Amino acid sequence: MDINIGTLLGQTIAMIFFVWFCMKYIWPHILNAIEERQTKIADGLAAADRGQQKLEQAQAEAEDIVAEARKQATGILDQAHARANEIVADGKAEGVKERERQLAAAKAEIEQETNRAREELRGQVSAIAVASAEKILNREIDPAAHDDILGKLAQEL
Amino acid sequence: MAGEGGNEAGGSASYISHHLQNLQFCNKDGEWVWNDCAGNFWAVNVDSIFWAVFLGLIFLVSFRAVAKRSSADKPSRWQAVVEMIVEFVDVSVKETFHGKNKLIAPLALTIFVWVFLMNLMDLVPVDWIPLASYMVGIEYMKVVPTTDVNITFAMSISVFLLIIFYSLKHKGLGGFIAELTLHPIAPPLKGPGIIAAPFIIAFNFILESVALLAKPLSLSLRLFGNMFAGELIFILIALIGLFQLPLHFGWAVFHILVITLQAFIFMMLTIVYLSLASEKH
Repeated sequence: MDINIGTLLGQTIAMIFFVWFCMKYIWPHILNAIEERQTKIADGLAAADRGQQKLEQAQAEAEDIVAEARKQATGILDQAHARANEIVADGKAEGVKERERQLAAAKAEIEQETNRAREELRGQVSAIAVASAEKILNREIDPAAHDDILGKLAQEL
Repeated sequence: MAGEGGNEAGGSASYISHHLQNLQFCNKDGEWVWNDCAGNFWAVNVDSIFWAVFLGLIFLVSFRAVAKRSSADKPSRWQAVVEMIVEFVDVSVKETFHGKNKLIAPLALTIFVWVFLMNLMDLVPVDWIPLASYMVGIEYMKVVPTTDVNITFAMSISVFLLIIFYSLKHKGLGGFIAELTLHPIAPPLKGPGIIAAPFIIAFNFILESVALLAKPLSLSLRLFGNMFAGELIFILIALIGLFQLPLHFGWAVFHILVITLQAFIFMMLTIVYLSLASEKH
């Protein structure tokens, strides 16, 4: 327990060296790392805040856009419905017209056919009449003399 | 050793005094000798110095490893531990010491960790290292440097010199002298009372000098006293034979508080003294 200079001096020199080493090579490095991390964390938190704000903004914007799009879609749908109805109506009218046209054509054809048949029939009837009349009047009537009368007859039929 | 020492009074006395004897090295009558240094002012307590330097180097190496690879992004576990200690010291310094000083924080860190490590040697069972060194032929081995009054005094005197240095630096020689002589009783500088001024100044000077000198003295003796008493109790417990184990455990648990607290107090008082020294009135 005696005080002795040797130990005192030795310990003092050791302490000076240790404190110097700590001051030069340990303390600044570690404290720098701590402070750097602190600023990084603060920056990160600020960035997170900003990100949150931006996210909220973006969400609001997105909602606006979606609402707008929905409105447009409804408009387009309405238009499409109207157009579809129009097309259907058009089609119907066209169909009716076409049917009438076809009907008219068919009727005309039938008429034509009828006329043709009637004409033919008339010719045949007149031929038969002439033939029968010829046969009846074979002896007394000259076909050449009475052809105009027969023609008139055939015309009236 | 505990068993053979506990039987007789002489045995236990020699056991205790053997444990309290430093391994000394000195020059006696022109010859370098071991352990024959009673009263020799120039002796060196080799074991104290060895363990102090060894533990100081452990501190430097382990903290330097972190400082070299310290990264702000991915701290390793050991880095987290070291940073916790560093931040604790940094906060303690910043709370007490206002102003810029590059020395005080590293000084406080070194003192805290170093003193803690030196105190921690107290928790190594008292016979292990002395017995091991006895086996390799070293007769005395005191493993707790802070139970050596020289070690604590060396540290507190260093702090004391820093107190003087910072007082002179921040207050100037005049300010320092004024602080020693004009407090706590302000001497009258005018009127008939001026006759009393020299006496008051002398009184102040004695008072303030004692207060100043008490700082390193109390700083070192507090640490030394606590650790020496703790060590002594460990030695006494080691004397009682088999029943020492629960007692050892109890005292060791209590002592964990003591060693941490003493390291903290030494650091804190160093900071306080130095901040008082560099304060301007």
